Amino acid sequence: MAVRARVKIPKRVRAGEIFTVKTLVSHSMESGERVDPEGKRIPRHIINRFEVTFNRVPVFAVDIHPGVAANPFFQFTARIDTSGTFRLRWTDDDGEVTELSRDVTVEDG
Amino acid sequence: MNSNRRQLLGAGAATALLAFLVGRSTRLFAQAVDVENAVREFLGAETTAPDGPLSLELPQIAEYGNSVPISISVQSPMTVDDYVESVLVLAPRNPNVELATFHFSPLSGRAEVATRIRLARSQTVIALAKTSAGHFFRAEQHVEVIIGGCGA
Repeated sequence: MAVRARVKIPKRVRAGEIFTVKTLVSHSMESGERVDPEGKRIPRHIINRFEVTFNRVPVFAVDIHPGVAANPFFQFTARIDTSGTFRLRWTDDDGEVTELSRDVTVEDG
Repeated sequence: MNSNRRQLLGAGAATALLAFLVGRSTRLFAQAVDVENAVREFLGAETTAPDGPLSLELPQIAEYGNSVPISISVQSPMTVDDYVESVLVLAPRNPNVELATFHFSPLSGRAEVATRIRLARSQTVIALAKTSAGHFFRAEQHVEVIIGGCGA
């Protein structure tokens, strides 16, 4: 999927430390409620699901509806005990997926 | 203009007003039913939910309804035995009443999320939380919206 996605997540954390993750993805999130200049309804097209896993284990997820603002922003927290990889997936109404992964190292883990 | 035309115009205006009011109250009724259904489905067997550890932060006045910051937090041990499973956020006066459902896990550390939502008009936003131990919480916050977020 051609949407741009950005993640802010620390590269190194202490075991059990709670840290903040910020995510932003570019998407107009067309709700299906708007009407074009000719009066025709613009069809719905949104990102409807955001999922975060750590070493394949679910951490955080969102079922997203049209009331989430354009360019969806999510800030959440996480805590891990061992080093590993976060995978973040955004899925839209057509089933297209944008995925980013980020490795996080646990210090003296 | 003669009295017949005047009567016709009057009848036309009255019909239009009636249609508008019926349409509006039908939409309000439909939205109220949507909220009730969403709440009932989320709560399951429960009938009420106190606010307690659930806090919902929204501005009291939002100038632009197309991007309103919202922040939700639930106090919880967030251990495998007792963690917040999900939080549902509803906007009863939006064309689509359900905004989002957030799913947490013990790996979340805290049951906290911040995002931006669309509000079509001034309304009271509702948040419902459910924990793995089967507890439910509910919080509300009214937002005055100056310019509605069309496309909500």
